[in-house]
Amino acid sequence: MTRDTGTGIGTDTDTGTGSPLHLAVALDGAGWHPAAWRAAGARPGDLFTPGYWADLVAEAERGLVDFVTLEDALGLQSAAFHRTDDRTDQVRGGLDAVLLAARIAPLTTRIGLVPTTNVTHTEPFHLAIGIATLDHASRGRAGWRPQISARAADATHFGRRTTPRLTDDDVRDPELIAARLRPLFAEAADVVEVARRLWDSWQDDAEIRDAATGRFIDRDKLHPIHFEGPHFSVRGPSITPRPPQGQPLVASLAHASVPYEFAARASDVVFVTPHDRAGTRAVLAQVDEAVARSGRDVRARPLKRFGDLLVFLDAEPGSAARRKARLDALAGAELASDAEVFTGTPGDLADLLLDWRSAGLDGFRLRPGTLPHDLVAITRGLVPELHRRRAFRTAYEAMTLRGHLGLPRPGSRYAPVRS
Amino acid sequence: MPAVGKKQLHLAAQLPGIHNVTVWSDPRSESQIAIDSFVRLAQTAERGRFDFFFLAEGLRLREHKGRIYELDVAGRPENLTVLSALAAVTTHLGLAATVNATFNEPYEVARRLATLDHLSGGRAAWNVVTSFDAFTGENFRRGGFLTEADRYTRAAEFLATARALWDSWADDDVRADARAGEFLRPGAGEFAHRGRHFDVSGRFATPRGPQGHPVVIQAGESDAGREFAASDADVIFSKYNRLGEARAFYRDVKGRLARYGRAPDELRIIPTATAVVADTDEEAAAYADEITRAQVSPQTAIAHLEAVWGRDLSAYDPDGPLPDVDPEPDAQVLKGHSVFRKGREETARRWRGLAEERGLTIRELVIEVGGGQTFVGSPRTVADAIDRFVQTDGADGFVFVPHLTPGGLDDLVDRVVPLLQEKGVFREEYAGTTLRDHLGLRRPDLTRRHSRPSTTEAS
Repeated sequence: MTRDTGTGIGTDTDTGTGSPLHLAVALDGAGWHPAAWRAAGARPGDLFTPGYWADLVAEAERGLVDFVTLEDALGLQSAAFHRTDDRTDQVRGGLDAVLLAARIAPLTTRIGLVPTTNVTHTEPFHLAIGIATLDHASRGRAGWRPQISARAADATHFGRRTTPRLTDDDVRDPELIAARLRPLFAEAADVVEVARRLWDSWQDDAEIRDAATGRFIDRDKLHPIHFEGPHFSVRGPSITPRPPQGQPLVASLAHASVPYEFAARASDVVFVTPHDRAGTRAVLAQVDEAVARSGRDVRARPLKRFGDLLVFLDAEPGSAARRKARLDALAGAELASDAEVFTGTPGDLADLLLDWRSAGLDGFRLRPGTLPHDLVAITRGLVPELHRRRAFRTAYEAMTLRGHLGLPRPGSRYAPVRS
Repeated sequence: MPAVGKKQLHLAAQLPGIHNVTVWSDPRSESQIAIDSFVRLAQTAERGRFDFFFLAEGLRLREHKGRIYELDVAGRPENLTVLSALAAVTTHLGLAATVNATFNEPYEVARRLATLDHLSGGRAAWNVVTSFDAFTGENFRRGGFLTEADRYTRAAEFLATARALWDSWADDDVRADARAGEFLRPGAGEFAHRGRHFDVSGRFATPRGPQGHPVVIQAGESDAGREFAASDADVIFSKYNRLGEARAFYRDVKGRLARYGRAPDELRIIPTATAVVADTDEEAAAYADEITRAQVSPQTAIAHLEAVWGRDLSAYDPDGPLPDVDPEPDAQVLKGHSVFRKGREETARRWRGLAEERGLTIRELVIEVGGGQTFVGSPRTVADAIDRFVQTDGADGFVFVPHLTPGGLDDLVDRVVPLLQEKGVFREEYAGTTLRDHLGLRRPDLTRRHSRPSTTEAS
């Protein structure tokens, strides 16, 4: 791929193909490298303070990114996917991501806020009204990443059910894990269905404040959802009026066929983890097949596809790789990640993003290797680089998260269809 | 300056959700959902140096005669999420939420409350409530499984479990020592609890919050509720805002604390109250009447009567006499509402007697039994009455529920609070930064520090 870097402003020789790129940033702890909290500039003592997160999200908003995701988990983090550990040399402990997103909402105006929540051990009704409330509090900037609880140890925190105990063999292959966890994905899809029905259960104009008849609401515009499934039933309607976006954005991370099916059924945005352009095409083909099998009409309900990348960025060539190597040495092992690990300059990364996008991605979710260093490198290095190539917005053009992504606001399924 | 020998009072504000206290039909009434409404009321409370801002909880819309109740405000946001947003636009105000101990699990509630405590710099509080209500249970995995007798045993065990989780991290367990490569101390967060309602173990994911434990609030008038508060709560809400019965409640509850090795000032008793303030006592009285009539519309009056009578009374004139038909005490007309649940035959008898004696219409009766406004008068009158109530041990303070959203607290804060400050019975500035500081409550020690992982056994 060639790139015109010679003449600066006004040249867009290799860019203007396709729609504008979308960018999200994934925030987690001190960054995605296990030793990130020991890097220069890290603020490991501040991880449980709101100021730390407010600063990061403000920086992401300065970079005009579509949204940030906030990781969450019921249990303590561990180095293994399926088991707890006793390590003390990595970041452990976290805050509830929905509350964290709400804490940041009044301090920002445009950026989307997408917290993760567990959906295996929690109550669907509480989850749905929490995300609806985040959408109200942020005036239409809420998203939600429902996540199954894959660790059997999480179940003992609740003491009311067990979940599959994964073996070392299971976790060697994403397909094996997904097959073992299939029932939890099915239940998670029911949780999202309940949430969407609850969000729809108040029509937009249900609050009438009709002083003449004394009616605050028009109860004909409120609807029970009557959800009955194998794991739970929820009657509805919601206690919280319909959120500004109608339905807040639902996102999911997927590595294998079962999660692709979950995304096809439940998500508005799917994060995938290809490792090159050819792999991107292959993954997207699998997503498309899952969508086709689900019978979803993507013209009516688009599914945006984002590629996940873990990034170390420095202006000087070779510097990011050296920085990562130092962190690997501190951690005692080379960084292992489900997503491709990128080290390089903002220019190199811009090349890669535009290259992979040509395989059919709508955008990327970048996971900064260290915070705030790699986040700042994204907002002040990569974003201007993408601007030079006219591949990314230079100002927010919408007020809501759906607006940033060009996704329509869904109508309530319970509203009468106007003929 | 605090006046020598006088009790310092505690003030809180609540944004009313449902119930006919909210005069939504007033043109000045704004949204019950928009974040701006919550921000404005919370910032008003903080301007008044209030101890905390309180939000109740709703888990199912109320139904009346089998359909959703439409006369009152319906619909509210999830309270912890709203309070978390308010933590960003306030600096000292405590942030209190009702969270049900029946349709939740201790691990998640403890985690969310510890999170709010971190995100607010130590300003979180939890009003522990329970439900036995199968009607509400229809929205939850748990369903309506709990018997009334189990309510307080589950609540007590729920709270004990939450406290064990908060204590599973010591204050200094997060080391964040980059040079030594030690982020946390070994074993941080380990917990185990086995009891009748909960059997849980593992590692708690959220470090100890600035207050150690969020402030624990309890509400309830029953003997079991008073005992629970005396043994385990920091604050008790009450409905006793008339001086005589309030003093009896105060004496009773404070008298129970010694049994649990606690001093009387380790529990704050804070009734719910309203205030109607105008330039003169006469104007305030007229305004209070106006508010009360707006709170009880003709339709609302009939609906209240139906809730007690257990039958359709829509054919009756709200401006006429009470119906001559007898109540059907077992028929539940109003669901999802905490009042009018028990003793309805007795209530009906009493109401009929009162109406006959005083010649009241249906609507007049409902207004009469609704109790009117707590404090009515000029700023001076209201300040004196509040002060007298507290100094004579009717309460330690009040939760004020404004009838208008979000401007209903303005008169109290701008005109009454300065007079209370002048009297030396209310702070002019916050002395501390946490809610425990405002309430004068100690920070819980970490008693289990040396025995982790502790197995707490609930009887």
